[in-house]
Amino acid sequence: MTRWAMVADLRRCVGCQTCTAACKQANGTPPGVQWRRVLDLEVGEYPAVKRAFVPVGCMHCDDPPCMHVCPSTATRKRSDGIVTIDPELCIGCAYCAVACPYEARYKVDGVATKCTFCVERIDAGTAKGLTPGVDPEATPACVNSCIAKALHFGDAEDPASNVSRLLAENQHFRMSESLGTGPGFYYLWDKVP
Amino acid sequence: MSRPQRHWDARAALNFMLGGSGAGLMAAAALVEPPSPWPLACAAALIAIGLTAVWLEIGKKSRALHVLFNPYTSWMARESLAALLLFPLALGSILTLRLIPAAAMAALVFLWCQARILRASRGIPAWRAPQVVPLVMCTGFAEGAGLALFFSQAPLLLAVFALAVAARAWAWLSYDAATKSAVLAPAGKSLLAIGTAGALACAVVGIDSAAFAWLAAAAAVSTGWWLKFALVTRASVYQGFSLPHLPVRGAR
Repeated sequence: MTRWAMVADLRRCVGCQTCTAACKQANGTPPGVQWRRVLDLEVGEYPAVKRAFVPVGCMHCDDPPCMHVCPSTATRKRSDGIVTIDPELCIGCAYCAVACPYEARYKVDGVATKCTFCVERIDAGTAKGLTPGVDPEATPACVNSCIAKALHFGDAEDPASNVSRLLAENQHFRMSESLGTGPGFYYLWDKVP
Repeated sequence: MSRPQRHWDARAALNFMLGGSGAGLMAAAALVEPPSPWPLACAAALIAIGLTAVWLEIGKKSRALHVLFNPYTSWMARESLAALLLFPLALGSILTLRLIPAAAMAALVFLWCQARILRASRGIPAWRAPQVVPLVMCTGFAEGAGLALFFSQAPLLLAVFALAVAARAWAWLSYDAATKSAVLAPAGKSLLAIGTAGALACAVVGIDSAAFAWLAAAAAVSTGWWLKFALVTRASVYQGFSLPHLPVRGAR
C-alpha cells in the first residue's frame, strides 16, 4: 500500500518562499491564498533565540478532522493518503476550515480549497510509470522548486523510498501530534544519534 | 473573486444564538401551563431564522441540501437532520399540542448536535474543549426557559428557569477553568453577574410580578447570546504552530 508523504528538512530550509511561489504558479491560487506557506518562527527568549523556517500546508492526515466534519462528503481521503476536495459537492460552509488544526484551508469563490500534493501530477506521472518524489514530472511543484533540497516527497510505506530513508536516518516530528490527526508531513531536525 | 474566508462570522453565530434559544424554548414549552402553541411557533421561528442565517454564510447556497450527505461523521449534517425532524414535530405540536413532548426531545437533539459541532472543531482550542458541550446545552436551555417566561410565569417554570440559569453558570465556570479564554472574560463576567445573579434575583421577585419575570428572562437571554456570539466569532482562534524540536544545524 502506498502512503504519499512529504518531508521538510528544517536544517536546510532557508525560508526563500520559492515553494510558495511555485505552488501559486502551478495551482493558480488567488491573492491571499497560499496552499504552501513557510513560517518564519523565532523560538526562545533573548539572548537564547533561534530562528526556524517551517513549511506548512495541508498535512494530508491519516485521520483528517476536515473529512469527518464535512457535511457534504466533499472532503475525502484516498487510499494513498491524499486528502481531496470535490468542488462540485462542497457547499462552502467552512466547517473544514475551522476544524483543521493546521490552518490549511481557504474558502475561495464559495468552496473550500487546499494543497492537493499536486495530485494530478502524481496520478499522471504514476500512469506513465514515473516515481513521485524521484521524477520531477510526477512530483509536487513545491518539492521540485526547493532550492535547498529541504522538501522531499515519496512513499512512506516503501522502506526503500527516499522519504523512508530520510526518516530512518534522521530524528523527526510531526506538527501537533497530540491531536491524533496523524499528519503525512514530517519535519527533520537532527541526525539519528 | 471573493475574499478568502477562514473563520465563521456573525451569520454562523446567529445559528448558535437563535437556534440554541429556539431549541431551548421548544423544550421548555413542554412546561408551559396551560399548553400553548405560541411558544412552539416562536421556537420554530427562532430556529428557522438561525438556520437561514447560516445558510446565508455558505458559499454555494443552491447546494444547501448537500449538508445532509454525511450524517455518519458530521455533526453539521446531524444537526440538519435533527432540524428536518424537528420542524414537522413542531408543526404537529402547534396544531394538536399532543406532540409537544416529542418536539421537545427533537429540540434537545438539535441542541446536542449544535454543541458537538463546536466540539468537533479540532483546530480551535476554545471549541474543542469537552466543556463546550455542557456550556452550549445549558446556555440554550437557560435562554429557552427564559423565553418561556414571556408566555407563562408558573412557579414550576420559574423554578426550572432558576435551575437552568444556575446550571449554565456552573457550565461556564467549568469551561472557563479549562480554557481560560481572555476574549470570553467580559461576556463570562456579564453572564455571571447579570445573567445569573441578576436573573435569579428578578426571578424570585417574578413569582408575584410578570414584569420581573420578563426582566429575568431578558437578562438571561441577552447575556447568553453575548457569550455565544463571542464564542463563535471572537474565541475562534487557531492554536497556531509550535516546534517540539529546533533544527540542529552544523556540527554538534
